Amino acid sequence: MDLTKNLTLPELPYGYEALEPAISGEIMRLHHQKHHQAYVTNFNKALHQLSAAVADGDTSAVVMLQSSLKFNGGGHINHSIFWKNLAPVSEGGGVPPKGRLGSAIDEQFGSLEALIQKMNTHGAALQGSGWVWLALDKESKRISVETTANQDPIVTKGPTLVALLSIDVWEHAYYLQYKNVRPDYLKNIWNVMNWNYASAVYDKECPN
Amino acid sequence: MILLSCSSNHCSLSSNVMASAAAPSTILKSSSIFPHLGWGRRRRSCNLPSINRGVSKSTVAYYGLRSPPYKLDALEPYMSQKTLEVHWGAHHRNYVEALNKQLEKNDILYGCTLDELIRLTYNNGNPLPEFNNAAQVWNHDFFWESMQPGGGEMPKLGLLEQIEKDFGSFDNFKDKFIEAALTSFGSGWVWLVLKREKRCLAIVKTSNAINPLVWNDIPIISLDLWEHAYYLDYKNDRAKYVNTYMNHLVSWNAAAARMARAQAFVNLGEPKIPVA
Repeated sequence: MDLTKNLTLPELPYGYEALEPAISGEIMRLHHQKHHQAYVTNFNKALHQLSAAVADGDTSAVVMLQSSLKFNGGGHINHSIFWKNLAPVSEGGGVPPKGRLGSAIDEQFGSLEALIQKMNTHGAALQGSGWVWLALDKESKRISVETTANQDPIVTKGPTLVALLSIDVWEHAYYLQYKNVRPDYLKNIWNVMNWNYASAVYDKECPN
Repeated sequence: MILLSCSSNHCSLSSNVMASAAAPSTILKSSSIFPHLGWGRRRRSCNLPSINRGVSKSTVAYYGLRSPPYKLDALEPYMSQKTLEVHWGAHHRNYVEALNKQLEKNDILYGCTLDELIRLTYNNGNPLPEFNNAAQVWNHDFFWESMQPGGGEMPKLGLLEQIEKDFGSFDNFKDKFIEAALTSFGSGWVWLVLKREKRCLAIVKTSNAINPLVWNDIPIISLDLWEHAYYLDYKNDRAKYVNTYMNHLVSWNAAAARMARAQAFVNLGEPKIPVA
């Protein structure tokens, strides 16, 4: 990785209003253009500082930069995945998974409803800021529901984990529309969940 | 927080709680009269000695939602009425109700003051499930009281002197406080505390529900950095929120009162050693 090269804000694969009414255009605009952009900007800044510190051999500075790198880098990683996890209804958002991922869910969770229930319960119970994930263990091929705090990426829960789906439960992800009623946000987001992405990742990591 | 205690046949309730209910002269067993208080069946009392439990054995007292010391629109335009309605009326209220619900099932924790409950449930860093709710009830009580209409400006007299002593100048303190607020990751709080051991003021960041009581320090003012505290009014612009708080909301009156009380426990003066 070239520490002096700037990362950029990825484009949204759909318009800002495309996920309504599940997620409002106002939220999508702020979330993408302000929050995600801030993570990118600050991550670039930290990377530049890291590059300088490494060049100077300044170990203390390198260590001090770790929390900013983790937070902003994690924020960039997580949101980049998140935009792909969502899709407008017109492009298949909310359509349940068929194929092998669907079977795996039925086998490991009993039913899609049970999985959604579990993810929503974890999401509602998460204190403070964080994410809920549907994760795939690349080694064991098992899928699981995980949560991470703040902007910790899924790999912090296991180095062989990869994200199939994610839900951002930071308040900025839903507050303007749902206020404190996080459970309503969690219920509605499934209407725009992009199971195509999840199936594609699953099929790639679990070839027949 | 209001702790209601029952002794013999007389219930004493603080005036905050009384605002919406008639004064009872008999012990109440129904939860319909005080729906927000959750009177229920009594169990064994807490082993902490501080409260006289009296003879009543069939009612319990829980924690109440305390109103901010101003009307919900009093902090406009810096903190909107809408924000207060949701932040106090929904978030803060939910913490109180959730805490009372948890306490219904737990004998050992019953009967503590809120401060005691926070320390107990913090469990030296391995918090029990009740900690989050207990701490957040306290945190929000403290936060509302850390602000006032016509707030901001500067502290005076002894508090100003102490700030100047520990931070160099008020402006330096203000810069450091704002910097702490802007470098906080995720949900949490920023505090000005009086440190008991070091006998000086300090700025402390905490995450989620944690507060300086768990380290036995004395909070002087706090700023809520959870997004719900500012998102409706400032959206992602946390910097504007923090600056507005310092310039227009923070109550140095409340801070001065807390400092005065703190000095009952922390001796800030120089020892006056007489010269022979």
